[in-house]
Amino acid sequence: MSTLTEKGIKIDLQTSQDDKEALSQIKEKSVIYDTKNLDLWYGNSHALKNINLEILENEVTAIIGPSGCGKSTYIKTLNRMVELVPGVSTSGSISYKNKNILDKSIKVEDLRTQVGMVFQKPNPFPKSIYENIVYGPRIHGIKKKAILDEIVEKSLRGAAIWDEVKDRLHQNAYGLSGGQQQRICIARCLAVEPDVILMDEPTSALDPISTLKIEELMKELKKQYTIIIVTHNMQQAARISDKTVFMLNGEVVEFSETDQLFSNPSDKRTEDYITGRFG
Amino acid sequence: MTSHSKKENNAVSVSEMIAQNKQKKSFHNFNEKSIPVFLFLLASITILTTIGILYTLISEAIHFFMEVPILDFFTGTELKPLSQDPQFGILPLLNGTLISSIIAILVAGPIGLMSAIYLSEYASDKVRRVLKPLLEVLAGIPTIVYGFFAFTFVTPIIRAIWPQVEATNILSPGLVMGVMIIPMIASLSEDAMSSVPNRIREGSLAMGTTRLETTFKVVIPAALSGIIASFVLAISRAIGETMIVTIASGSSKNFTFDLTQSMQTMTAYIVEVSGGEAPAGSTLHYSLYAVALTLFAFTLIMNLLAKYVSRKFREEY
Amino acid sequence: MAKSQAVMRQPNKINARVRINTFWKSIFFLSTLFGLFVLAILIYRVVADGMAWLDLSFLTSRLSTDPNTAGISGAILGTLWVMLVVIPVTLIVGVGTAIYLEMYAKKGFMKSIIETNIANLAGVPSIVYGLLGLTVFVRLMAFGNVVLAGGLTLSLLVLPILVVSAQEALRAVPGYLEEASYGMGATKWQTIRRIILPAAIPSILTGAILAMSRAIGETAPLTVLGIPALLIPLPGGLFDTFTALPMQIYYWTLDSSLVAEYANLAAATIIVLLVILFILNSIAIFIRNKYQQSY
Repeated sequence: MSTLTEKGIKIDLQTSQDDKEALSQIKEKSVIYDTKNLDLWYGNSHALKNINLEILENEVTAIIGPSGCGKSTYIKTLNRMVELVPGVSTSGSISYKNKNILDKSIKVEDLRTQVGMVFQKPNPFPKSIYENIVYGPRIHGIKKKAILDEIVEKSLRGAAIWDEVKDRLHQNAYGLSGGQQQRICIARCLAVEPDVILMDEPTSALDPISTLKIEELMKELKKQYTIIIVTHNMQQAARISDKTVFMLNGEVVEFSETDQLFSNPSDKRTEDYITGRFG
Repeated sequence: MTSHSKKENNAVSVSEMIAQNKQKKSFHNFNEKSIPVFLFLLASITILTTIGILYTLISEAIHFFMEVPILDFFTGTELKPLSQDPQFGILPLLNGTLISSIIAILVAGPIGLMSAIYLSEYASDKVRRVLKPLLEVLAGIPTIVYGFFAFTFVTPIIRAIWPQVEATNILSPGLVMGVMIIPMIASLSEDAMSSVPNRIREGSLAMGTTRLETTFKVVIPAALSGIIASFVLAISRAIGETMIVTIASGSSKNFTFDLTQSMQTMTAYIVEVSGGEAPAGSTLHYSLYAVALTLFAFTLIMNLLAKYVSRKFREEY
Repeated sequence: MAKSQAVMRQPNKINARVRINTFWKSIFFLSTLFGLFVLAILIYRVVADGMAWLDLSFLTSRLSTDPNTAGISGAILGTLWVMLVVIPVTLIVGVGTAIYLEMYAKKGFMKSIIETNIANLAGVPSIVYGLLGLTVFVRLMAFGNVVLAGGLTLSLLVLPILVVSAQEALRAVPGYLEEASYGMGATKWQTIRRIILPAAIPSILTGAILAMSRAIGETAPLTVLGIPALLIPLPGGLFDTFTALPMQIYYWTLDSSLVAEYANLAAATIIVLLVILFILNSIAIFIRNKYQQSY
């Protein structure tokens, strides 16, 4: 919280074309995820080593690094999906809205309702588009058809795919293209109005045009949501994110403003990676 | 919080509704805890079945062995349960079971294995996709139908060629049982052979060997454990087979190696005695369970052996 | 040099080797056809013996010692009643067990015990299940030789088939669907009920139908249970005595040495049984093709 003013000023400078928006951001930005001394093991292998990160609300935070650096593991720790792998153990803490989510008393279902996730490969359910979107609301007890209809339209509009699918809401989602499927997955995520959207290499399985559409969508979404995105594509991180984390061998090497990380990295290893010397 | 912006232009706030619904989620909590317990109880029915089988067989067989010494049972060549001086030697039944199973495997072994070689090594994808399911139809025919076929068709043909053969004999059901287990050997051996990676085959073919040489020198040795396991399973299946031998081999309890004669298998004995009016508590009644326990032990050992063979000698590719 | 001689000799040998290969190829092919040939004879034989005896009155008449008036309505009804027990029991217990093993049981002692046990049960001769049913259902629970006892015995017999195929069906549901559901904040049971089971149901049904066909054709356990040979009254409930199609075939085949026409009646009944199995298998194949993974 102490660095808030500093960071706020920087944002102010960057987005000076729209003073009003910048001002509102300064006022409201606070830390949503505060990771302290996080270590994680898969059995005996030490996958995350002493991670310390403060992630702010309503920003896009990108996590980059070579494969196997722990970036996917870290993002899956943020909604505890990492527990689906048997033999995982953690130490340290991750505060989400000031509650330690690694605490066993936290119900993962509640956490995952507030923190949505978009996966590497588009993974709609083998059901109709409509059924995909209402899945979240339904499992959380919303049953009225009128409300569900409204949610479907709003979520699909939010994911910028309403116009493409509004005439075939009751067809199987697997009839759509990969890029459309991924936007359906984003819409499915929006349907329960999460605060945070985690994206685990959401465009790695998509063609360049679909990738561009998803990136544009992310810029739209960041006005309302906090986005944390893992990507292996440095240009993508540079294009869409406010902050960038560079990870290597399970450690955070560098965490700073995206512009600064790419133009003036403070760590030699970051420089080597972004200039393509390895990875 | 900025989240109000996504809610303010809308009458309903989904996230608030979800938060409210959370209050009344006790039903879900109950489900999450009780369903695994319920499913575990269902799963334990399979364990209870095994316990039931073992308990049934052992507890009743014990009564039998209190009256008939276990050594007499396993070494006795005479089975005369209904005579004045009843004899309970299991050897005639073991003999009938083994002879019928040996005949069956002599038919099914070569034919099944050659079918497997054809399907795995020679047939095109298209041909295999037609032949394999057709062959598996054989495995889906109820055994009672094979029994009918053996009794009303195969036996008369054999008797026409070889007149000494009796109306009920061990040869006919043995042969038909062989046909019945062909798909088992063909299918399991084919699986074992087609799981041998192509690079191994290609390595041999590239040396200028023919398909036949590659099959016998490379593929079959590599798939041997699976092939042996398929034979063992097929024999186990033949040992436990009931209806074909009951119908076509009759109920004579001779201890003989003459294929033209009627012999009784362990399974057929169980059908005969349980269908008759063996008074509960009689030695005859208990003998049913002693024979069944022997049968159960035989098939269990064969099945475990098949599993052991396919695990122990599995080739590492 | 010996080496160059060996190379020189090869051209002649190769022709012979290729000829041997071709010869054996046709032997292998004929072996494959042998099984199908026997199948064809079997079916021809059954149809030739039974077709003339198969008419509507055969299907709707009751049993009789007179071959000309005997029918199998009782056996058909008995088989239907037994299936009314087998279908729900095996589906609930089999799918429940498969869900437990695939979704809940942790890797380790309990899971491996149950799975090994199921694998061994699948290899137990059917007649042994008959003795289990005789001891537990007919005598211990005192049901007698009624529909319920027969149905439960056959249920236990085909349970391993259904469990294994349902396990495979559940395993084939891609993990990313499960992940997506958990990612939405769904609980485990919600994920199973709403995502995994619906995706697995076509394959589960296919396995269930195959298990049913096995149960319909099974004879040995019923002989042990003491299912009666000559039964005139029709079964009307779970606690009625019954006879079933395979039992009818069994008795008619055995007694065909006394009354020759009984062989024809047995053949006609076999046609009915095989047609039922054929229809069931066609349904299974239809379901498998129609719902083949849409993901």
